[in-house]
Amino acid sequence: MKRLRIDIRRKEGLSDPEGVATLRALHDLGYAEVDEVHFGRMIYLDLPDGGAAETGKRVEEMCRRLLANPVIENWTVETVE
Amino acid sequence: MRVAVVMFPGTNCEHDVAYALAELGAEPELVWHRETDLDGFDGVVLPGGFAHGDYLRTGAIARFSPVMGAVERHAAAGTPVLGICNGFQILCEAGLLPGAMVANRDLRFICRPVHLRVESTDSMLTRAARVGQVLRLPLNSYEGNYIAPAADLVRLESQGRVMLRYCDAAGVADEATNPNGSTNSIAGIANEQGNVAALMPHPERAAEEVLGSVDGRVILESFVASMVREPAPA
Repeated sequence: MKRLRIDIRRKEGLSDPEGVATLRALHDLGYAEVDEVHFGRMIYLDLPDGGAAETGKRVEEMCRRLLANPVIENWTVETVE
Repeated sequence: MRVAVVMFPGTNCEHDVAYALAELGAEPELVWHRETDLDGFDGVVLPGGFAHGDYLRTGAIARFSPVMGAVERHAAAGTPVLGICNGFQILCEAGLLPGAMVANRDLRFICRPVHLRVESTDSMLTRAARVGQVLRLPLNSYEGNYIAPAADLVRLESQGRVMLRYCDAAGVADEATNPNGSTNSIAGIANEQGNVAALMPHPERAAEEVLGSVDGRVILESFVASMVREPAPA
């Protein structure tokens, strides 16, 4: 079995209210060195081993169609174990 | 005029919408999201709620519910399709309207009446209203902050497809009168054809004097007036 980690993030330049609020809180706590905070979502998929090329294509399709919103989000896929 | 009021698991405004539409003389019917056929309906409403628990993203799972194929066919054929609140989010996820909804600017669930300025009367959302008219409708959402890629925003604004903007009682729309951080104070938009439109506030909750406002009627009347009876199947 292999586990894929999908890291989904808001596209640069688009509003990220959670990130802005958290940045403000970090600054209030004295962590002035932080420039920006970006929130994202992590999704793990467990898949059987093998079929690498086909799997890659299908996972990309899963991200585009459902897991992420391509209008406002980018994503990366990594094998973690 | 038969109107399909679509229910997803987690939808919770279907009865209010159906009641308000019936009061205006339409014939609303509740339709479960597993239905794949909406033939014979003259209009479609995606009401508010939390379809599929809002899991993943608001509207992300509802957009693949079996009924959505029929909604897309109706939208392409010119049938009026109205999204309210969660229905707006679903129409964005489905790509029937541009952009997306994210968390409110102040990270608060907003549940209060807001003012809206009618920007255009060129869609089935506002054709019975007048430009500049100020409406007071309840807003009830956490993800009501509209964002869109710059190119989509330019198209929306230049084509006059922003139907409603958040404002104050005097009709002033700016950051101070913007309840949720929505880009350009956008509260309601339409597609290029004008037959698919949506708004975040709830017109059905402001459709009778006893509810504190009747300003929602003009939105629902616009929708009802836009429907053309489908010819009976031969």
